[in-house]
Amino acid sequence: MRQLIWLAGSIAALAAIGVALPRAVNPYVLQVIIMCGINVILAVSLNLINGFTGQFSIGHAGFMAVGAYASTVFTLQIGVKWVAALEALGAPGWLAQGAALLMALLVGGGLAAVAGYLVGLPSLRLRGDYLAIVTLGFGEIIRVMILNIDAIGGARGIAGIPVWTNVFWVGAGVLAVVLVSHHLAHSTHGRALFAIRDDEVAAEALGVDTTRYKVMAFVIGAFFAGVAGGLFSHYLTAVNPNSFTFLKSIEVVAMVVLGGMGSISGSVMAAILLTLAPEVLRPVKDYRMVFYSIMLIVLMITRPQGLMGSRELSLPAFLRRRRSATGPA
Amino acid sequence: MSLRTWRQLGWIAVVGLVLLAGGCGGKPHQNELVIGEYGSLTGGDADFGQSTKKGVELAMDDLAASSQGKIGGLTVRTVVEDDQGKPEEAATAVQKMINQDRVIAVIGEVASGRSMFGGPVCQQAGVPMISPSSTNPKVTQIGDFIFRMCFIDPFQGTVMAKFTADNLKLKKVAILTDLKNEYSVGLTQFFKEAFTQRGGQIVAEQSYSSGDQDFRAQLTALKAKNPEAIYLPGYYTEAGLIARQARELGIKAPILGGDGWESDQLIGIGGDALEGCYYSNHFAVDNPDPRLQAFLKKHQAKYGQDPNAITGLAFDAANVLFQSLNKLYEQDPATFAGLGSAKAGTDLRKTAERKLRDIIATTTNFPGVTGNITLDENRNATKPAVVIEIKGGKKVYTTTINP
Amino acid sequence: MTEFLQQMVNGITWGSVYALIALGYTMVYGILRLINFAHGDVYMLGAFFAYYVARFTNAASSPNPFKAVMVLLSSMAGCGIVGFLIERFAYKPVRKSSRLAALITAIGVSLLLENGGLLLFGADPKFFPQIIPARNISLGAGVTISNQQLIVILVSLLLMYLLRVIVMHTRTGKAMRAVSYSHTAASLMGISVDRIITFTFVLGSMLAAAAGVLVALQNPKIEPYMGIMPGLKAFVAAVLGGIGDIPGAVLGGLVMGIAEVLVVGYVSPTWRDAIAFILLIVILLVRPSGILGKHSAEKV
Repeated sequence: MRQLIWLAGSIAALAAIGVALPRAVNPYVLQVIIMCGINVILAVSLNLINGFTGQFSIGHAGFMAVGAYASTVFTLQIGVKWVAALEALGAPGWLAQGAALLMALLVGGGLAAVAGYLVGLPSLRLRGDYLAIVTLGFGEIIRVMILNIDAIGGARGIAGIPVWTNVFWVGAGVLAVVLVSHHLAHSTHGRALFAIRDDEVAAEALGVDTTRYKVMAFVIGAFFAGVAGGLFSHYLTAVNPNSFTFLKSIEVVAMVVLGGMGSISGSVMAAILLTLAPEVLRPVKDYRMVFYSIMLIVLMITRPQGLMGSRELSLPAFLRRRRSATGPA
Repeated sequence: MSLRTWRQLGWIAVVGLVLLAGGCGGKPHQNELVIGEYGSLTGGDADFGQSTKKGVELAMDDLAASSQGKIGGLTVRTVVEDDQGKPEEAATAVQKMINQDRVIAVIGEVASGRSMFGGPVCQQAGVPMISPSSTNPKVTQIGDFIFRMCFIDPFQGTVMAKFTADNLKLKKVAILTDLKNEYSVGLTQFFKEAFTQRGGQIVAEQSYSSGDQDFRAQLTALKAKNPEAIYLPGYYTEAGLIARQARELGIKAPILGGDGWESDQLIGIGGDALEGCYYSNHFAVDNPDPRLQAFLKKHQAKYGQDPNAITGLAFDAANVLFQSLNKLYEQDPATFAGLGSAKAGTDLRKTAERKLRDIIATTTNFPGVTGNITLDENRNATKPAVVIEIKGGKKVYTTTINP
Repeated sequence: MTEFLQQMVNGITWGSVYALIALGYTMVYGILRLINFAHGDVYMLGAFFAYYVARFTNAASSPNPFKAVMVLLSSMAGCGIVGFLIERFAYKPVRKSSRLAALITAIGVSLLLENGGLLLFGADPKFFPQIIPARNISLGAGVTISNQQLIVILVSLLLMYLLRVIVMHTRTGKAMRAVSYSHTAASLMGISVDRIITFTFVLGSMLAAAAGVLVALQNPKIEPYMGIMPGLKAFVAAVLGGIGDIPGAVLGGLVMGIAEVLVVGYVSPTWRDAIAFILLIVILLVRPSGILGKHSAEKV
């Protein structure tokens, strides 16, 4: 019951922010905030696969692409008609568009989840580096497939997507992925995932169905990546296969690694940091990617566990530690 | 947390704050007319963005000479953003220029694919965008704030089809399309339609992606069908490479292209392989037209080389914009004042932008260096195209084809 | 038939290039169990070093084989140094860390080389001067091979043979093989593992540089991102042939090159990049140890 109240409260808060924010800041800042949100969803969803389950997945952009394209096609074929019909019936614009966006995101996420399932399956036989390359390969194959299907724009992409993404929906997406991750982490399923991460052979020996859990991680992670993709396309008004290359996957991996693999709050912070950094570094934009790569290397050498390691930002824990003078460092 | 962790996080925070402070650099607050320009200054087709920049710079030089760089008493300033050749970067760059730099108009982009991303942003914000050379028809279909200074691909495809059928008198053509490129795909389709209408035959079609290095597999497949010519509506980088590899494979047929070939680097890349090849373009450097020749001299003086059509079109785009601004100032100085940077975000600005747009739309017979520019009801320019031949390592004017 | 044979010529040429790059991957993986993501970028650097040397010594104005060889050797030397630096400053510190940390470091180095290259060389593609003028040689039946393609194949074969000699018939080579079997055992035998690792990196980087120069010779457009795809494909080639196995890398490279060219010529060019990954997934599902690899049981 208490959880439901929290949920309702959060949604109300989001709605309030969603209305107030666009009036308070200029559209450029708004765009950066929305991109932050989308990257947070990507990072936290990847954290499920890489951080919780310890699987090297570096093809996340592929799932994002599937979600972006699926939701776009759904919107352009069906969504816009629904909105027109609903508005004709007198429903307010934001309600009709919101509902249509929600449907589109579910379609996008769903299809991405299917892709996650297909990618997860062969990964069962692979470990570590090989898995990484295979996920990379899948990401590329998805991109090439999109490139080849002329019906969805092929190499040129699709333009003219209505702008339905706003702060509310991005916030809702962030809330959803964080809640799901959090609850997963504190559940039996989560324990199974962590067990697989820590020692897969031991977990298998102890009776954990590693197959089922690894695939589950991929499916959930891919679902949210698809949602992020849908939000992305419904904001930029156009999708193009070039937005979903290997480099994009690497950017998301960098966020998860920087934040600390296995830490939800770490992924959130890192995603925000790494979205703001290019904007802030615009004056020295030529050097931006060089800073980025040096940061990755230095991070791995000095503090490979990232900002948070696998711990979470938590107020009670923080207060507890301050209080005990001789507590663990 | 341990002291060590605190220190590490402390450093990260310091760095973050420094970056943040650096990013929020203060901007001068005089009242100016800010014009935005976006293009691929870096990336695979960086020559396009660089050429656009040169064209706008030359126009600014002229403005400085004629009216101390001012229109209607306000200083004109340009802001240039690099989209690195990536479509989504184009959208972000335009967003930034509109919202942070408060530009009153945007010049760009050369590539239709990227204009398709930057355009909607301008249209939604009510800021006029003038593309120097995006030829895909979909670009101006985005909305009434989008203009272009050049002809569109249905016309350009027909031009080369006409030239191949009537001038070169060839009937069997193979096509090599760049699938990654909106422009290339569009032009392929229009050429096909026009050429088959004239009784020509497309004997083979192959494709590649811009950025590819090796085209021997596709060329080998094309060679097997014995085409009399190969139509290659791609960008200059690949055009040069493909020509070379084609000659290495023993393909002797002439290769034909579109304005995507237009670059200072084309012959450097393609070398002898491009001898006897043709492409459609917006102007020819050896056209004795006095306006063009004067422009050539200016460009030579400043950059030490001949301009290409992109530079010319960007120059014209900037000048059309300046002329429209001047007209607005003469007709309605009160509204014109809304374009000053001090008035950004006000309703007066919105009204002024709309009026500016209306004036740009009425551009008729503007004396551009790329020809007389008249914008039709779709905001496209109706202009003749020239066909250029590469002879003796130089671009040589062959013929003009009118709409 | 002509078309097929011509495609085969193209395929073998590319296959030799992939083989050269794959050798570097396979050697490093055999020794360190690390996928050196930056290897493709060393290939890119090789092409660029050669470009600047060729420009500096004006090799294209009066081409002769001696100058061309000089360009090749100096580029190889330059990249050998780069390989040394990468190993020393980026990979050595993370050798004791987790595999993922090493992988991320490799990705970081790769991005650094690419973007550093972008800054240093500029983003517009450069065009490699013709240090060996192109000539077509007819092989009969309408099939032509350019002398550049021929040089690529021959030089690759030469380098592969030299590598085999080093690995099989010298003490250092033996040490390399020992270290790839077990670090601990090798060091117990008195082998300086660090030195061998460095040596392997330098050797692999030199081969990648050679591949870069050879490719630049026949495909003159060079730009800072040119190494990503060939690097990945060469890695797939190494896996295809059996990672850690040197003849396997050569075989894998040839299979990769021919498969790619055939797919582009007969199916569709847009699948060019995907074919590499499709092959990878197939081989990993069907025969994970690769064509020539030996299956090793995973010990707990």
